[in-house]
Amino acid sequence: MKVRLHNPRRDLEIEGPITIINLLDKLDLNREAVLVVRDGELVPGDESLSDDDSIEIRPVISGGFR
Amino acid sequence: MKCVTCRGPAIIDIRRHNSNFCAEHFIEQCHRQVRKAIEEFSMFEPSDRLLVAVSGGKDSLAIWDLLRDLGYDADGLYVGLGIGQYSDASLDVARAFAEKRQLKLLEVDVPSTFGFDIPNGSRLAKRVPCSACGLSKRHLFDEAAINGGYDVLVTGHNLDDEAAVLFGNTLHWHTEYLGRQLPVLPARNGFPRKVKPLVRLAERETAAYCIVKGIDYLIDECPMAAGNKHLSYKNALNEIERMSPGAKHSFYFGFLDRAAGFFAEESSIDREGLGTCASCGAPTTAEICAFCRLVDRAGGRLPDQSGVSAVPVDLGPTRSHPVR
Repeated sequence: MKVRLHNPRRDLEIEGPITIINLLDKLDLNREAVLVVRDGELVPGDESLSDDDSIEIRPVISGGFR
Repeated sequence: MKCVTCRGPAIIDIRRHNSNFCAEHFIEQCHRQVRKAIEEFSMFEPSDRLLVAVSGGKDSLAIWDLLRDLGYDADGLYVGLGIGQYSDASLDVARAFAEKRQLKLLEVDVPSTFGFDIPNGSRLAKRVPCSACGLSKRHLFDEAAINGGYDVLVTGHNLDDEAAVLFGNTLHWHTEYLGRQLPVLPARNGFPRKVKPLVRLAERETAAYCIVKGIDYLIDECPMAAGNKHLSYKNALNEIERMSPGAKHSFYFGFLDRAAGFFAEESSIDREGLGTCASCGAPTTAEICAFCRLVDRAGGRLPDQSGVSAVPVDLGPTRSHPVR
């Protein structure tokens, strides 16, 4: 499957099937700090992704000095 | 995963609430949390004139949209900081949001109004860029709220923001700041009333809210913020949250309930002896306020002695000005 990451923006190819939770663990990403988006919609953590999927892992952390 | 409300397919899990939600009931949950924050902390009344500090990021657009959903009228204010393409893109996003919903967006452009931008100005003034940016935004948002006759200045600070600031202030025992880290700061001494209606929502939820509502926001982090302490505190707290869901909420709201009052007196001393800036008229304990000193050290200029009013400005040739 195609996986887009941000900060810095880059694309990865990951072999499926794999659940969102396992994918985030594999990429060493904290579930509290990202959302997974497919075709503009949120994908829940227990959903299994296949090789045909194309997803974006979107960071949610923002902000500098407040 | 099933929605805790309707048992339909869920789109998001919120571990600190031990709950999953479908799109419809997630939006309801966001409404509920913001309404609760507004009421619990007596933030404002429906008749108040609200000004939302808008950056083009997820939090400011989410709170502007949430306030509208909840029946409040609010104008927005965008401050352009001259951070190259990042500022250009954030302005475009803020304008598109306002135009689509026929909301009033005020704009202040720092480079064309004050003659400096954050990347170069902070270097000349020997300040950390995030510090110069924060100082500029606070000054200009306060000034616009006061000059525009708004009752309340609304900011998009969320639970993660407040927990991270609290973490940093506690780590270094900045006790003078701890008493002021509240969801509401009352108007006084020339400062507008400031409120943070997103304090009951984590930033993962404000981002999810924007995605579910189809709100376009600027995803990429400000290029000047890379490596700053605030982000490292957020990452540290998220590691704790991963192991202990609800830790951020417990940390911040526990502070409000049990500790903030101990620091109130010290924080109020900080605001005694406030006068007005000889240059712009803003409240300050010095002869010249911190923002006017920044403008001077950054090689900029003040537009006139009466200060700046938040009116739409023509950004002209300063947009896309290369960052040197």
